[in-house]
Amino acid sequence: MKFNQLLPFALSASLAMPVIAAGTSPDGEPLAEDQTFTYRLLDDIKSFDPQINTDVEGSRIMRDLFEGLMNEDATGELIPGAATGYTVSDDKLTYTFSLRDAKWSNGDPVTANDFVFAWRRLVDPALASEYAWYMELMGVKNASAVVKGDAPLEDLGVRAIDDKTFEVTIDNALPYFASMTVHASVFPVNAAVIEKHGKDWTKPGNLVGNGAYVLTEYRSGEKVVRERNPLYWNNDKTIIDEAVALVINDENQALTRYLAGELDKTAIPAGQYPRLKEEYPDQAYSFPQSCSYIYWFNMTDKGPEALKDVRVRKALSYAINREVITDRILQGGQYQSYNFTHQKTAGFELNEPDYATWSQSERDAKAVELLKEAGYGPENPLKLTLNYNTDEAHKKIAIGVSQFWKKTLGVEIELANTEWKIHTTNLQNGDYEIGRYAWCGDYNEASTYLDLLTSYSGHNVAGFNNAEYDKLMADSKTMEDPNPNYTAAETMLAENMPFAPVYQYTKVVMLSPQLRNYPVDNLMQNVYTRDLYISAK
Amino acid sequence: MFNFVLKRLAIVIPTMLVLIVISFILMHSAPGGPFTSERELPPEILANVEAKYGLDQPLISQIVVYVKNVVFHFDFGPSFTYKDRSVNEIIAQGFPITLIYGSISFLVAVLVGVSLGVAAAIRHNSWLDYLAVGISIGAQVLPNFVMAPILVLVFTLWLGWLPGGGWEYNNPSYIIMPVIALSTSFMASIARITRSSMLEVLNANHIRTARAKGLPTRHIILHHALKPALLPVISYLGPAFVSMITGSVVIDMYFSTGGIGLFFVNAALNRDYSVMMGITILIGLLTIFFNLLVDIIYAWIDPKIRY
Repeated sequence: MKFNQLLPFALSASLAMPVIAAGTSPDGEPLAEDQTFTYRLLDDIKSFDPQINTDVEGSRIMRDLFEGLMNEDATGELIPGAATGYTVSDDKLTYTFSLRDAKWSNGDPVTANDFVFAWRRLVDPALASEYAWYMELMGVKNASAVVKGDAPLEDLGVRAIDDKTFEVTIDNALPYFASMTVHASVFPVNAAVIEKHGKDWTKPGNLVGNGAYVLTEYRSGEKVVRERNPLYWNNDKTIIDEAVALVINDENQALTRYLAGELDKTAIPAGQYPRLKEEYPDQAYSFPQSCSYIYWFNMTDKGPEALKDVRVRKALSYAINREVITDRILQGGQYQSYNFTHQKTAGFELNEPDYATWSQSERDAKAVELLKEAGYGPENPLKLTLNYNTDEAHKKIAIGVSQFWKKTLGVEIELANTEWKIHTTNLQNGDYEIGRYAWCGDYNEASTYLDLLTSYSGHNVAGFNNAEYDKLMADSKTMEDPNPNYTAAETMLAENMPFAPVYQYTKVVMLSPQLRNYPVDNLMQNVYTRDLYISAK
Repeated sequence: MFNFVLKRLAIVIPTMLVLIVISFILMHSAPGGPFTSERELPPEILANVEAKYGLDQPLISQIVVYVKNVVFHFDFGPSFTYKDRSVNEIIAQGFPITLIYGSISFLVAVLVGVSLGVAAAIRHNSWLDYLAVGISIGAQVLPNFVMAPILVLVFTLWLGWLPGGGWEYNNPSYIIMPVIALSTSFMASIARITRSSMLEVLNANHIRTARAKGLPTRHIILHHALKPALLPVISYLGPAFVSMITGSVVIDMYFSTGGIGLFFVNAALNRDYSVMMGITILIGLLTIFFNLLVDIIYAWIDPKIRY
């Protein structure tokens, strides 16, 4: 039996209200005359090609220009996108998506073949996408073989049953597979357009998408403009006419321009949230964002002998006063962290490790005791290097942590600051002792964090190697409810402490008081411009 | 003179080759590469990406291919960071912007700086001198990364007169703050150099003679003092002009002008080898050209100099 997940969508579609009266929002609020949404971008956009793009801000623009099989609503729940829904086979290995009648911005119909083309393109060795691993992560059949060049593109587990039916076959059951189709790298592209324009296909005027907006202007280092796509299937419900992203490198400068009314949204620089919240209570926001900040301990052969001792690692982790970091240094509502997975991750039940429930003085006392047991003290002082990459906030945290370690434990810390690429290379080569790191989830599910610590993960730079942990994570893939395994995995991390958790992120931003529907509850920050609107007051 | 210019032009080619080879090697010896990120690429994907950009070839053949493409096709290759675009496109888009705000800043800096310096020298030890010296020292110690945010605070947020950033070719209001921020410290240096050199010239024998002949001061300054006094200024202006028109990372960063200054710095941080090389070559050529120009102007101003 196939269980049908189309029903709720069909119901909600039939109950949907008729087209909204002009000039009012779905909530009946009067709309502003000018429906332009302007926000700040940190850096220039690196690519407008969904299969080439690698960054978060780029994905944000992709979601306007293209539409994947499934979308997320304001709270991060999965809703239909280019597909009206999907069915899953009994063995949970075959997903069949039914596509809605939709058009590309040049009038071509969107078909299942467009998805087949795009998904193959992502793993095509000739395109050499840096995000090809995403399809391997999704477990699409033969993805790895195609990437390696061992199998032809046609062997990838995707096919168009007919124009409106797209089928994917995966290697192992993956409970959250459908939610992974929200990612920009699996958005469809129009083969004919790419064929026609070659590498220039993403230039404004050439770029054809199936999203709610079309790219109308791009000036590198300055701005990206998208305007409403009248051919988008849900254009009637789209309110924002124009989305403008302004590249403003300096966040303080961006804040000044926000206050001058040039922007509807900008990031709040570290440490300024309390002041802005007081001055602009209706504009300063802090909401959870799926990233976790940690200090790796190098347990590999290249690392120092001391860090191979779990007592030392625990002592170091316990002695970090996380409250000082979140409440005194960052001051943006960040969460003190004693585990790896962001605590707001969907379906994740955080089972706090013991040391999270202790007071800081209890943690400190335990830390002193552990370090002494490990044989370090005034006669045999522990000396370590803490590596971080150039950034004001990283520096402040590193100084803070080195002070906690010195005062509580008498550990001598040398701070080593390098620029980003050098820092990353050092971590990946194991040339570090304690290293700053942050991981942002690819999808809203705990395994996006916990998979990192498997022995076979390329990101596990601590060298944590635990067969039991690997098994927990491998088993979780096929479980109906993988949460017990996630909890067990987190407990194992707290027991082994391959890294010290420091804090979990919040997104700290200024939002124009007229801007409505901004998805503050979407942990992945998957913003769709078409869901927003500007109110008249 | 003609032979001198020819000789100078002839050494451009070997100079540029040395520049290219050294930059290429330095760049590739920096840790990390264009595709290093916090998500380490699986080896099979990294292999595909490197093959696409030719990074799997030995360094020496990469240099040869690069030089060939640049010399024979004027092709600086694709950007490794901005993957939809080529280096040629990036420079073609950013350089005109930088050239415009750089040239205007240069003119402003020279006009204001020279006038200030001359005025201070003529009225040596008067209130005007102190004022001019005060302004130029103040302008020198106020770095543009401090001035830029202050300008935006005052003219955008408080007064609401000017846009806080961006670029429009046909709207001068976008250029005012970048020009003020970029020209100020150059202006200050020019004023100080002009002042001290003018003071020296005003004490020279030929000026004393001119005064003795009873020539009006105005005539003495414009016809006898200014030209020799400007020699040290001119030797400063060559490199200053190049550094202004090849972009200021601070201006691009704070005013979102889209010039090549920010691209250059980001290219270094991102290990975007091709963009870094392209802009290095551009700056190298401009530096050689303007140094030559300065030498020619020298000979024209000072008859004592012969090539």
